[in-house]
Amino acid sequence: MKQDNSDVITIRDLYKSFGDNKVLNGVNFDLHQGENAVVLGKSGSGKSVLIKCIIGLLKPDSGSITVLGNNVTELDTASLDKMRVKVGFLFQSNALYDSMTVRDNLEFPLRRHWIKTEKSKMTDLVMEALTNVGLPHTIDMMPVELSGGMRKRIALARTLILKPDIILYDEPTTGLDSITGKEISHLIVDIQKKYNTSSIIISHDINCVRIVANRVVMLIDGKCHASGTYEELENSTDNKVKQFFEQ
Amino acid sequence: MIKNIFIEVGLIARFTGRFFRELFKPRFEFGEFLRQCYFIGNKSLPLVAITAFIMGLVITIQSRPTLVEFGAEAWLPKMISVSLVREIAPVITALICAGKIGSGIGAELGSMKVTEQIDAMDVSGTNPYKFLVVTRVMATIFMIPILAILADGVSLYGGYLGANMHETVSWSLFWNQVFNTLHYADIIPSILKTFFFGFVIGIIGCYKGFNSANGTEGVGQSANSAVVVSSLLVFVIDLLAVQITDVLHLN
Ligand SMILES: Nc1ncnc2c1ncn2[C@@H]1O[C@H](COP(=O)(O)OP(=O)(O)O)[C@@H](O)[C@H]1O
Ligand SMILES: [Mg+2]
Repeated sequence: MKQDNSDVITIRDLYKSFGDNKVLNGVNFDLHQGENAVVLGKSGSGKSVLIKCIIGLLKPDSGSITVLGNNVTELDTASLDKMRVKVGFLFQSNALYDSMTVRDNLEFPLRRHWIKTEKSKMTDLVMEALTNVGLPHTIDMMPVELSGGMRKRIALARTLILKPDIILYDEPTTGLDSITGKEISHLIVDIQKKYNTSSIIISHDINCVRIVANRVVMLIDGKCHASGTYEELENSTDNKVKQFFEQ
Repeated sequence: MIKNIFIEVGLIARFTGRFFRELFKPRFEFGEFLRQCYFIGNKSLPLVAITAFIMGLVITIQSRPTLVEFGAEAWLPKMISVSLVREIAPVITALICAGKIGSGIGAELGSMKVTEQIDAMDVSGTNPYKFLVVTRVMATIFMIPILAILADGVSLYGGYLGANMHETVSWSLFWNQVFNTLHYADIIPSILKTFFFGFVIGIIGCYKGFNSANGTEGVGQSANSAVVVSSLLVFVIDLLAVQITDVLHLN
């Protein structure tokens, strides 16, 4: 294990339940600087709940989450917003604003985080983000005019526009065909290299995992069950782990 | 069933409490408020105008025979102006807006909820409650009285045409009678209650949208129950309003 000061996210004994539904049962997890960590788990196992706790959209019942030195559960709104500038979130359903053009979608986080920029500078930033995902020509289109894969890329561009240190990806390839899924997976790796980001990627798509993962963590029964490189887990003798690789 | 209704009422009350708390906190989303006002006016003005016109016309034509029986035809403008301005125009406006605006807000916020757009706003440094709810509720509070006043005018014009179908009532005579009949005690309470109509239409639409269940079915249900609940509340407020004016001897 690497040293503590190189960890950008530290989670200790995280518990979260909805009524009687105990979703997270003592999660311990560290994200190291510069790595792509994949969280693998069945549908409904609480993967989304985990990263929504990290970004402060959900409040855990107990446990601590430290992101870039901030204790997320104790931040006030202003400090939380400050932290969220450094942490990008790619939503599973993309969450593009239907009523806005691609340009307005990308400018939204810039404007809202009070990042004052001139209009021309803003356009430059939007174009840079769009070029990174290979879709500069869509700048004036509406989200409904785009295909599923394109929407995912635009959502990724919107996440990238603030140049975050950490990116949380919620099932980036789910619902896409396997070729598009592969393209998105390679894009994730490109971004990691280009901007030196650290990422948590939630997935149950083995092909995506193989491409992007530096390390894989299995979330089973509300706990981080096993952790290792893709190869290590692939050759694991644990039955619960094996299930995922027998596809 | 009864228990669920009480739970729902409690949740709506809490949602409303939050509205008043967030209302006075900066940052004020003035641009979004104006945009919503424009949408509301643009969407419902034609519909409100047509229904108000027809109601004015029909009420006048149907009231006539009764008045003729008593030989009180001359009272026609007097009678219709009170019923149109005090009751029909405001309630019709509110019901049309509950159908058009309330369902629109419920469906829009509902689909934003299920596609995580509300969460996305939250992580983009925007308080979604202020940006989406406060602006929309303020817009309905502001616009529905304006639409209701327009409906007053249009329905009275419909009444004028209705009065002219069997005999000639001159333009100036009609309006003279109307304005001699209508007192501040008729007009002020009728405008005041439209603010409350606007408030319930906005807040119920937003509440239903924000609490939409997942899936397309959930969104449809939010839109639907936004209309049902807000229409019902419009009548409840109307009932309360008439009781209050009665107590104050303004009827
Ligand atoms: N806001 C919520 N309210 C109630 N239950 C929730 C909520 N969010 C998630 N859950 C429940 O938590 C469990 C895990 O959900 P989720 O993290 O979305 O799963 P996944 O691993 O597929 O992303 C599910 O059983 C879900 O029903
Ligand atoms: Mg999920």
